[in-house]
Amino acid sequence: MPKQTFVLNGRTVTVDVADDVRLLWVLRDLLGVTGPKYGCGINVCKACTSHINGKAFNPCAVPVGKLKADDEVTTIEGLPGTSSGSGLHPMQRAWLENDVSQCGYCQPGQIMAAVALVKRLRREGRALRESDLDGIRNICRCGTYVRIREAIEQGAREMR
Amino acid sequence: MTIQHDRSIGSDPTAPDGGSGGGGAGVGRRGFLGYVLAGSTLVVGADLSLGAPRAAAAIPSAPQIADLYDLEDLQTDSALATSQLITVTINPDSTANFQLPRMEVGQGIVTSTAMIIAEELGLPVSKVKVTLAPARPELVFNQLTGGSNSTFSTYTPIRVAAALARQQLMDAAAILFGTNADRLIATGGVVRDTLGNQATFGDLAVKAASSVVRAVEVQLRPESEFTVIGKPHNRTDARDAVTGEKKFAMDLDIPNALPTMVCRAPQHRGTPRGLRNRAEILRMPGVTHVAQVETGIAVRAQTFGQCIDAIRAMKVDWNPGPADGESDATILAELRRAELPLVVPKIPVGAKTVETDVVFAFRSSAALEPYCAVADVRPDSATVWAGLKVPILAQQNIALALGMSQDKVKVNVVMGGGSFGHKLFGDHAIEAAQVSRAMGVPVKLMWHRADEPRQGRLHPMCTSRVRATVAGGQVLTFEQRHTSVVTDFSHGLGEILTQTADELPTGLGGLGFSQSIFLLTQQLPYNFGLVTQLLNEVDDRFSTGSMRNIYSPDVAVAAELTVDKLAAAVGSDPVQFRLDFLKDERVRAALRTVAKHGKWGRRLPKGVAQGVAIHKEYKGCTAVLVELDCRPQTVKRDLGPETVTGPRVTKAVIAVDVGLVINPRGLEAQMQGGFMDGLALTLTSSCHLRDGRFLEASWDNYFYTRQWNVPPEVQVHIMESDSRTPGGAGEAAVGTSAAAVACAYARATGTTPSYLPINHGEISFRPKPFIPPVPQSPSNGLQRTN
Ligand code: FES
Ligand code: FES
Repeated sequence: MPKQTFVLNGRTVTVDVADDVRLLWVLRDLLGVTGPKYGCGINVCKACTSHINGKAFNPCAVPVGKLKADDEVTTIEGLPGTSSGSGLHPMQRAWLENDVSQCGYCQPGQIMAAVALVKRLRREGRALRESDLDGIRNICRCGTYVRIREAIEQGAREMR
Repeated sequence: MTIQHDRSIGSDPTAPDGGSGGGGAGVGRRGFLGYVLAGSTLVVGADLSLGAPRAAAAIPSAPQIADLYDLEDLQTDSALATSQLITVTINPDSTANFQLPRMEVGQGIVTSTAMIIAEELGLPVSKVKVTLAPARPELVFNQLTGGSNSTFSTYTPIRVAAALARQQLMDAAAILFGTNADRLIATGGVVRDTLGNQATFGDLAVKAASSVVRAVEVQLRPESEFTVIGKPHNRTDARDAVTGEKKFAMDLDIPNALPTMVCRAPQHRGTPRGLRNRAEILRMPGVTHVAQVETGIAVRAQTFGQCIDAIRAMKVDWNPGPADGESDATILAELRRAELPLVVPKIPVGAKTVETDVVFAFRSSAALEPYCAVADVRPDSATVWAGLKVPILAQQNIALALGMSQDKVKVNVVMGGGSFGHKLFGDHAIEAAQVSRAMGVPVKLMWHRADEPRQGRLHPMCTSRVRATVAGGQVLTFEQRHTSVVTDFSHGLGEILTQTADELPTGLGGLGFSQSIFLLTQQLPYNFGLVTQLLNEVDDRFSTGSMRNIYSPDVAVAAELTVDKLAAAVGSDPVQFRLDFLKDERVRAALRTVAKHGKWGRRLPKGVAQGVAIHKEYKGCTAVLVELDCRPQTVKRDLGPETVTGPRVTKAVIAVDVGLVINPRGLEAQMQGGFMDGLALTLTSSCHLRDGRFLEASWDNYFYTRQWNVPPEVQVHIMESDSRTPGGAGEAAVGTSAAAVACAYARATGTTPSYLPINHGEISFRPKPFIPPVPQSPSNGLQRTN
């Protein structure tokens, strides 16, 4: 069985698993990292959204064999560790202050997508627009969309 | 987003403040009986049958059944048959424990229950630990989460238990300090006297512990002293949700419960005849077990990805499903044949007749978390973990399926990732148990997303027709005939009704169960002369269920479209017309609120229109105003593949009166979420039946509301209510929102929609293959980072 090595939430991990198994299952079923959720398995619902080297991606659509040993995968569990302060990431705090979650199932993916969006805007050197919020593809079947928009606006202000 | 409390509107300043009880009419100033139970620490109980008494309606003109006695009353009254205790325990660390005999699926009842206990007990909400009770057969149908009944039926018993705990702690402190209980003050879990003595709830709990069971009378805290109930409170599980620590069924780490999936038939409810390449599948990487069950061929592997690979490699012979050969068009023809006639009433010469006829497509009630359950079935016992709204029924059905007695089956209720009626049934738990037994090992069973719309529970296809007559500015008659594919109520509400039917005050006995539910939920709140609303159901070949708010959204859409037509027929404004004909001042107040805050009647460009609707149900009411943009540049917005745009609601204003509000923040969330559902029902989300198969297989086919459909502005106004019982909130906004959007669509386009959702006529996706039944996961994810 091939050995797969990558960096997960700041630590190098090695797993024995075939190349073509999608990373989502490696995380959830083999490593017990269950923050990224399954909602479709075909890169549509975005419930599994996590970060690779600081950008949003969907591990349900990435065969684990495609990862390089120095690729940094961050799941919701590792998000607080990517911000400077102690405690939660500013986006998670914004989520709490706006009491966004209902059932909570989509929320790890929503938060990871939101953080990546704000980082992308920083790279592009522009401010958050209404159309950026419209373009977020993550599904929330509980319909928390309004509070998601408010939390992203707040989180964007507080992310440094 | 604004949240506002309209104190002046709709409240009667002279109404009493609920006196000492506040638990509803009849509570008055008398005390309630609770029980101090035996234990090493203080354990108190209250009888769940202390549910709120039914509301006395006072509508002089022929009230409908739901006016007098609605689904909540039915559920509450049927709970009276069992007298079982719910208990509050005070722990040595000064926290309180409570096991809620309901399921949390995102609606916020864990939070609101903790608030109620905190209020009566005088503890911070954070010190009240509310967990979900496993299946408790002795509670019978007191353990059903549905029909928005939870807070309504548990409010008083929970208060009684918590108040009794407090009383016992105060008495223990009085003895300890040598004083009277009424000279003591309790704050934050510490009891103090004026001399500086103090003791924690934890210390006192041991002293207050009883060695025998005692019945004790207790007074509830006067509503005027409430400091927790009615104040916005964030969800108690919010932190777990945003850190990924919240555990759903699929996240549980149960030893040896490996990923398991089922290869399902191409046709809806088709069944397997046999697997032809079993040996080949068993040799596939990661695969440990293969077994045939009633619903398909199950496979267990090291990862779900390997289950998907195995399913895609299976060669299975299938039996057709019961709806073999049927399509939307043939089912619609069947519904048309079953439609009950509209009786042409004798009307004066010169009266105008207004008619509405709307078809509603099949819809999927699936949540984002697919059906999943963990099962560990041994030769003589079974343990199951799942999100279940009627765990007792699941327990019964699992016992039946396994041929075990019910006491050998342990059913643990896990927080659900949404339900919307989807988890009323234990389909997933029963299937997991069957698979575990067939394989002889524990399994973590998950449905693939593609299985959900194709094989999961559906909201039935239906038609709703209305004929109304109007003359001299008065509405003389209003007839509605709702014709639906059969709604499956076998999740237990059925047994409630059979237990209760004979004693129903309005003589529902003798009607079919669906008809009874229909009559119990429908209330046309207008003075429209002779009103009849009837249901007929045909065809039980589909897997259906009570999707959020059951019949009401479709009924409300047809009714409110008709109300707009009636207003036009008499040359009246839609808001003014409703205000003139509404029976109930609470509904009028809600409507006035949305008209004011939504600036009803303001000038809008051609192709953009406002729409309003009201709905009254579950002892509460809602009004919704929307502005809908149907201009071509909006409808044709191109946001890339897999993206249905269409008309966009640019503003939504919601007013809600649910009676006593426990947690305004939770209520606001329910209103927003209900709106997103109503929006999807009218504009975007449906399932297409073709040759016995449903075409939809994922969220890129089933177009639930997405960010690009969400109104940029949503206001929720919570009405100050003179009703002192907590009404249902989980469903209240769905029908009103669906109807307001439909009315706005008719006004913006000049065409009353006749088939909903409006985009059902075109199939804007390429259906995924049926064999194999699940799509392979893409492998290009690293090219799609952003
Ligand atoms: S599970 Fe990965 S996008 Fe849906
Ligand atoms: S909070 Fe339930 S799916 Fe988003």
